Amino acid sequence: MKHTISVLVENHSGVLSRISGLFSRRGFNIDSLAVGPTNDPSISRITIVADGDEHTVEQIEKQLNKLIEVIKVKTFGRDDFVARELMIVKVDAPAEKRSEIMTIAEITGAKVMDITLTTMTLEICDRYDKIARFENVIEPYGILEMARTGTVAVERGSEYFSAKK
Amino acid sequence: MKMTVSQAMVECLKAEGIKVVYGYPGAAICPFYDALLDAENDIKNVLVRHEANGGHSASGYARISGKPAVCIATSGPGAVNLITAIATAYADSIPIVCITGQVNTDQIGSDVFQEADVTGAAEPFVKHSYLLKDPEDVGRVFKEAFYIAGSGRPGPVLIDVPMDVQKMMVDFKYPKSCLIRSYKPTGKGNAWQVKKVTDALRTAEKPLICIGGGVFASNAQQEILELSEQLRIPVITTMMGISVFPDDDPLYMGMIGTHGVTPANRAVNACDTLFLVGARVGDRAVKTPLALEKTTKILHIDIDPAEIGKNIGADYPLVGDAKLVLGQMLDHIKEKPMDIKASRQQWLDELDSYREKIKFKRPVRGTVNPKEFIEKLSERLPENVNICADVGQNQIWASRYKFKKGGRFLTSGGMGTMGYSLPCAIGARMADETRPTFAICGDGGFQMNLMELATAMQYGVDVKVIVMTNTRLGMVRELQTNGYNDRQTAVFLDGSPDFVKLAAAYGIPAVRVTSNKSAEKAIEELATHKGTMLCEVVVDKDFPTL
Repeated sequence: MKHTISVLVENHSGVLSRISGLFSRRGFNIDSLAVGPTNDPSISRITIVADGDEHTVEQIEKQLNKLIEVIKVKTFGRDDFVARELMIVKVDAPAEKRSEIMTIAEITGAKVMDITLTTMTLEICDRYDKIARFENVIEPYGILEMARTGTVAVERGSEYFSAKK
Repeated sequence: MKMTVSQAMVECLKAEGIKVVYGYPGAAICPFYDALLDAENDIKNVLVRHEANGGHSASGYARISGKPAVCIATSGPGAVNLITAIATAYADSIPIVCITGQVNTDQIGSDVFQEADVTGAAEPFVKHSYLLKDPEDVGRVFKEAFYIAGSGRPGPVLIDVPMDVQKMMVDFKYPKSCLIRSYKPTGKGNAWQVKKVTDALRTAEKPLICIGGGVFASNAQQEILELSEQLRIPVITTMMGISVFPDDDPLYMGMIGTHGVTPANRAVNACDTLFLVGARVGDRAVKTPLALEKTTKILHIDIDPAEIGKNIGADYPLVGDAKLVLGQMLDHIKEKPMDIKASRQQWLDELDSYREKIKFKRPVRGTVNPKEFIEKLSERLPENVNICADVGQNQIWASRYKFKKGGRFLTSGGMGTMGYSLPCAIGARMADETRPTFAICGDGGFQMNLMELATAMQYGVDVKVIVMTNTRLGMVRELQTNGYNDRQTAVFLDGSPDFVKLAAAYGIPAVRVTSNKSAEKAIEELATHKGTMLCEVVVDKDFPTL
């Protein structure tokens, strides 16, 4: 089962390597990892999507908490968070295919970022499963290049995840 | 006050009450060594003969003093050599602070002479590490390092200091305290859970306490003795928990596990409630935790929440410092007494029936039964002894030492690092010179650390070294005999020197024991001789571990 875990860490050099090292040496599987600064410049937020059973996720949380520079860890429940990731994809797009690709973009919410005589570059920002669906329909046109971020997520509702609380 | 970072580092050590450091210099740590020379009246600077041994000596020192101890190495190979000691300390939760020199800041990453990314390389084995780049951070980093190493679940902390930083000037003041927002180790246990655990223990029909190394880490020996006695609950230990209980205590059943004693292992199988105190249920202690958790109610105290539920599921988890939690439990027992004495007797009788009288097998001519030797040694030595065991068969034989109150068994239980015993003994002895200190090792492990005989002689450290020789790597030989059709390979130590003559070369008196009669004489000498001494105990090559 996939779990989305948010981690607030000290914005120090080396923190990311401690965290990724922990996952590899304890045998936890990471699907994606995204890291960036927060409104408090001393704190970074890492979002990890990991695969494993309940016991594994409990261990991930506990082992993360043992790292001195980890301030807080939270695993989100199944549907109580909003999550997004970004994908940019360059597809083979000769003139006769362009309108089809435009239609797909319109339906899926993707945007055209660049166009040449033979290619189109699209971006989509959505949930993991929606992006997978987009990838499925765009794939037959010929994906030339793809870049993708990890998931970032925030809890739904008025509750919030903060280092201060 | 204005001073160099090196001088500030020395001031930090002084402020932390450090009296001894173990290390090995090199170019990248020279500025710090230079500053240490000015403090030689306050801090004794022990030159070990290998960096890993410096780490092990610091480990021995820390285990006896109960406070973080310090080791030093230079950049590159020095720092990398230290990693075995760091990993050993990490596995057994021993607080050491390791200071390494690093190449100049502007050279980091360019593969210059003796450069190694030691904070990166040691990352899996440290509780925390620092690369000190800003001279202004020196006070904070040292304060945090000692705090982190010694608090919560103790462990090694590494401070890597580039050579140019060591020479920079800083306006230094050592901070009185430190606040790390992301690090708040648990102290007391949850009051409600404490009551639940205590009552589960009191109402159990067949309760059993299992003591791990965490009891020493939190200095909770007295509390666990009291609890066991008040509730009349029998006790077993892991290897790391040996010597918490005196062996002659009627409630003590011995060490569990693959190499444990039968009464202790039978007790685990028979109990209905197992109370784990600072024990992580390692695979050598409990082979099949999943089977055990199905049949037995598990109560588990640990200061590290990650240990609870990691190897064995707990019906009653309790996070906290063992000393404080046990204190809370004793308070609860006092407030709400419950009569348990009558119901306990049957269980205690059952366990007593498991106890067996040990009969020592007659050894092959010209050799000694090592178990009998250890038993005789423990009969002769005083209470407050340090027994530092190496790894392998000698470790298991040494684990049968009959400890009295105040004795300590020190070994590399988690990592199983060969060569730990002698450097550990040197540190342990220097931490408290009233404690007779013995290193017990095999001829394999001894040849990984024997260079430390020179350290013992140079600094006049009175350690007794017992080398059990069977010209084999005995435990591996036994594995090959039992698991690989007796195809013995790479276990023969035939090129070994004459250890008695070797000791003489160091100026160390030595004896060789080849019979029970010579054993008696040697033990008497070991017990009375002042100063370092070596005793070779000749063991048959086929003598089994158990």
